[in-house]
Amino acid sequence: MSMISDSARSDIENWVDKYPAEEKQSAVMAALRIVQDENSGSLTTELMNEVATLLEMPEIAVYEVATFYSMYELKLVGRHKICVCTNISCMLNNSKAVVDKLEDKLGVKLGETTADGEFTLKEVECLGACVNAPVVQVGENYYEHLNPAINPDKIDQLLAELRGES
Amino acid sequence: MANQVCFRNNHLENSWSLSAYQSNGGYEVLKKILSEKLTPEELIEDIKLSNLRGRGGAGFPTGLKWSFMPRTVDGQKYIVCNSDEGEPGTCKDRDILRYNPHQLIEGMIIAGYCIDASVGYNYIRGEFWEPYARFEAALEEARAAGLLGDDILGSGFNFQLHSHLGAGAYVCGEETALLNSIEGKKGQPRFKPPFPAGFGLYGRPTTINNTESLASIPVILAKGGQWFLEQGLPSAGGEKLFSVSGHVNRPGNYEVPMGMPFSELLEMAGGVRDGHQLKAVIPGGSSTPVVPGEQMMDVNMDYDSIASAGSMLGAGSVIVMDETTCMPRVLTRLAYFYYEESCGQCTPCREGTGWLSRVTQRIEDGVGVAADIELLDSVAGNIEGTTICALGDAAAMPVRSFLKHYRDEFQYHIDHKKCMVESDW
Repeated sequence: MSMISDSARSDIENWVDKYPAEEKQSAVMAALRIVQDENSGSLTTELMNEVATLLEMPEIAVYEVATFYSMYELKLVGRHKICVCTNISCMLNNSKAVVDKLEDKLGVKLGETTADGEFTLKEVECLGACVNAPVVQVGENYYEHLNPAINPDKIDQLLAELRGES
Repeated sequence: MANQVCFRNNHLENSWSLSAYQSNGGYEVLKKILSEKLTPEELIEDIKLSNLRGRGGAGFPTGLKWSFMPRTVDGQKYIVCNSDEGEPGTCKDRDILRYNPHQLIEGMIIAGYCIDASVGYNYIRGEFWEPYARFEAALEEARAAGLLGDDILGSGFNFQLHSHLGAGAYVCGEETALLNSIEGKKGQPRFKPPFPAGFGLYGRPTTINNTESLASIPVILAKGGQWFLEQGLPSAGGEKLFSVSGHVNRPGNYEVPMGMPFSELLEMAGGVRDGHQLKAVIPGGSSTPVVPGEQMMDVNMDYDSIASAGSMLGAGSVIVMDETTCMPRVLTRLAYFYYEESCGQCTPCREGTGWLSRVTQRIEDGVGVAADIELLDSVAGNIEGTTICALGDAAAMPVRSFLKHYRDEFQYHIDHKKCMVESDW
């Protein structure tokens, strides 16, 4: 039985249509993102194999892509993945304090997931919003100007907003 | 003057909408080109005259790049936009996608017309969901208005344009890695030659340009190559976007004439954050050599002037650091970045970036040894010029320049096992 829903399949088909008919593999990055989103934020070997079948490509080629790009998760993650940029412009604007505060509030270290499965804290490389540093990404959204020394409440508000979605 | 090219519509309400774009002359150049059947040759000549140099960082003249395309050869050709913005310090293309997506679309259609490509892809980094959504909405508007797709404005010219979303890999900003990524593979750079103009996407002739370069095209052709040239310098035309980040009072993207003195740009960004002094500047993104502050104050924001200070304009990503900055700490973070992002294909980069990261980290941690400074220099030297793509050089250049200008701070770290400066971050 397929683990990929009909709506995800149709979404993947839309991506396939963007590329030449004989180049279905081009849709693999979108397909992995779509099935990952549908599977609570992470990939499994079974899902990757289904993507391989769907796009008529070798399974190993799907694994290569899934392990190369940093936005794919091969282990379980929390319902909200908080990606914290600590690269240069964010660092100069106190991303360390952002990390410290998030670690303190969530009771986990970078790379860990809270016991209730709600949050994963992840260190990421430059998010490309350097003039609004420090920045974190959660799902489709960026949260900017988070320096606790300048905006003491912003991180609390972010966590409250995310918890409110529960 | 400022905000005359890619940011010319940003003051409009809903500047990303088709109606706002058209209210300020949007798509008029495309209409003129198609209705008057202007030839690709004359358009490319005008772009050459403008001396628009590639905004992604390499600074290669865009008109010349387009002229390399074998436009008379039969078969599919592609235009690809590189919106995989990920060089630390760089965040200008994000704002073009968010605030002026139609100008990029118009630029890509014109590029397709000039190089005889009927299909284009815009590679947007995977984290940029909001910019992607804006761009997609703009594509829909353009298609519905007959400005994009088959038989554009009844001219017989067809052009299909799609987004491709990345998934987190700095190296995909390298043009051949980007092509592999669109093909659904790991984003590992290809050996050149063959160059993309001969063997690009799916093995077909392909031109890859940066977002800002392509978004500049409609304005250049509307106002003329000569006009654009005159906004900047003979050696590099136009206004350009500079992302000013770090220790400044008003960080932001500023579109100003090529060649503006750094001191003026710094002033636009509100100066160094209050109560602090300028210490150092990385003028073109994390890969470009660091320049001491006092030296930078005499530099202008153009290729030649910055080169004379030993660095590069890059993508115009200006990272400002004040006196609270511990240089070994900054270099440690940058070295880790390149280690994280090396694609692993070339041994000198795969292994060398690991060495750079570990050795800078131990100096930063106060467990460095006397020989570490020479070791860093030697590892960087062994990466330079030995790799398929520029990521290796990008990892080595910061190391060389940090050691050149701030060697004493590294030595202090090793001798005293702590930072030379006090920092509040």
